[in-house]
Amino acid sequence: MTESTQEGRKIGGTLLEVKNITLSFGGVKALTDISFDIKEGEIRAIIGPNGAGKSSMLNVISGFYHPQQGEVWFRGQKRGPMRPYEVARQGIARTFQNIALFKGMSTLDNLMTGRITQMNANLFWQAIWKGPAEREEIAHRERVEHIIDFLGIQAIRKTPVGRLPYGLQKRVELGRALAAEAKLLLLDEPMAGMNLEEKEDMCRFILDVNDEFGTTIALIEHDMGVVMDLSDRVVVLDYGRKLADGTPAEVRSDPEVIKAYLGGAHA
Amino acid sequence: MSPDLLNVLEVILNGLMAGIMYSLVALGFVLIYKASGIFNYAQGVMALFAALTLVGFQTGQVPFAHVINAAFGTKLDTWGPGLPTFLAIILTMGVMVLFAYLLERLVLRHMVNQAPIILFMTTIGLAYFMEGFGDLMWGADVKTMDVGLPSGGSTWLESVTAGWAAEGSNYRGMYIDVLDLWAAGVAIVLVISLTLFSQYTKTGRALRAVADDHQAALTVGISLRTIWIIVWSIAGFVALVAGIMWGAKSGVQFSLSLIALKALPVLILGGFTSIPGAIVGGLIIGVGEKLFEYFIGGMIGGATENWFAYVLALFFLMFRPQGLFGDRIIERV
Repeated sequence: MTESTQEGRKIGGTLLEVKNITLSFGGVKALTDISFDIKEGEIRAIIGPNGAGKSSMLNVISGFYHPQQGEVWFRGQKRGPMRPYEVARQGIARTFQNIALFKGMSTLDNLMTGRITQMNANLFWQAIWKGPAEREEIAHRERVEHIIDFLGIQAIRKTPVGRLPYGLQKRVELGRALAAEAKLLLLDEPMAGMNLEEKEDMCRFILDVNDEFGTTIALIEHDMGVVMDLSDRVVVLDYGRKLADGTPAEVRSDPEVIKAYLGGAHA
Repeated sequence: MSPDLLNVLEVILNGLMAGIMYSLVALGFVLIYKASGIFNYAQGVMALFAALTLVGFQTGQVPFAHVINAAFGTKLDTWGPGLPTFLAIILTMGVMVLFAYLLERLVLRHMVNQAPIILFMTTIGLAYFMEGFGDLMWGADVKTMDVGLPSGGSTWLESVTAGWAAEGSNYRGMYIDVLDLWAAGVAIVLVISLTLFSQYTKTGRALRAVADDHQAALTVGISLRTIWIIVWSIAGFVALVAGIMWGAKSGVQFSLSLIALKALPVLILGGFTSIPGAIVGGLIIGVGEKLFEYFIGGMIGGATENWFAYVLALFFLMFRPQGLFGDRIIERV
């Protein structure tokens, strides 16, 4: 069931589906019976007020949290309980709200580390740095340089990322996620704490990534303007429940959503 | 040059050699500390265990011979003439990798997210376990280690330096143990190859990544468990090298495990997180304690080498607690 959007982008079948996810920490329910899907090639936004369970949802998908109930289906297969590194190897990359970079390593090394799931040379060849290992390093280095080019971060290639300003760190983190060449990219508030110019840059990168590499993107964002501009479909969470799900226009006019955002009575 | 000055030079040279031996042990600590934040108290015992295993393979000892003899009344001792040194080293390395694997499987896996002090206590337990296990496996008697490294004074250095002193003085040249020179060469090769490995290979990058940020490492698809096995294997390899060098120098015996304590001041000086720090720290301690003994030791009754390193470390703790090369400790309020 391939449908085309107005710009000619291809939105394919279901890439990831979560079914009836319930997650609780002790007695506190973070997510209650959440279901939605992410289609191949689309930009999917997850929005909601603070504490709505957006990050928890992302952590469930990337294997950091294990829900008590519910299923995660990826590329048509049900997923057992998985550790984060196994999820990464399946082709799901992510960024964090509070940036998780290798701060002591250079931008280049951060991105090269991002490609670790793509590298196969065994320890023996690595140890002598010849044959497969050498060829592999060079090939991956080329891909990484391409990404560095794409994000316009040539000037900071050798800089330890801990020294970079916040906005650039966010960009490097996106670069590292891109380096994994994942099927699905999860971005947790990619524009949080950025100024207007940085936000515009980041928006452009997200659109370009989706356009140029055909990467499916799921993102959490607070800036409603950004969400409405970027995303194909939006799922709205509030107090761990799903409030609405649909195109930006549909969601915007949903009375429940308006109530939640404009601060209706939550008893 | 006056013979006095030459004597001081000789003391410094010997100090540098001793320092490199300390660095070899300290290196093992730094590797594990960087990757997992664990201060591995068992590093010295690992060196002892590796040396025991190597000698055992070399001389063809039957492992657990005492236990088997006691249980079944047999008279097992050796199974043959023993293995050639090279093969024995490879096999010992295999044992150290197996040890790393079992350690992750049986111990570390259950210690994830524990406080550092708990992990430290775990390694103390590990040290005692390995010490007993090594005794049980290979016997507690002092063994000599012979891996074919030359030893004795370097005649070359002696003859070169003999002519340096002024005519008529009774100077016969500097003395330095060839074994120490070998140890220095091995240590340099070891450090360079470890550095290259961690800078330019996938696994090296993964090691640094885990050392930097666990969560981020998981996100890019690095399995922490695999990395821990690799790190402990490398630490086992460094322990083996240290065990060979120290074993060849002073025999394979229990006191070998105590050199780990000498590594502690080295680490305090160099910083727990820096490989160059471990080297420089070792050199400073080595030279420092030899010079102190030479100049001041005589006045206060000698044997200062036993405590000088710790006092030096104490002064460093007062003025530079992170060490010379360690990460700056910044507490945010």
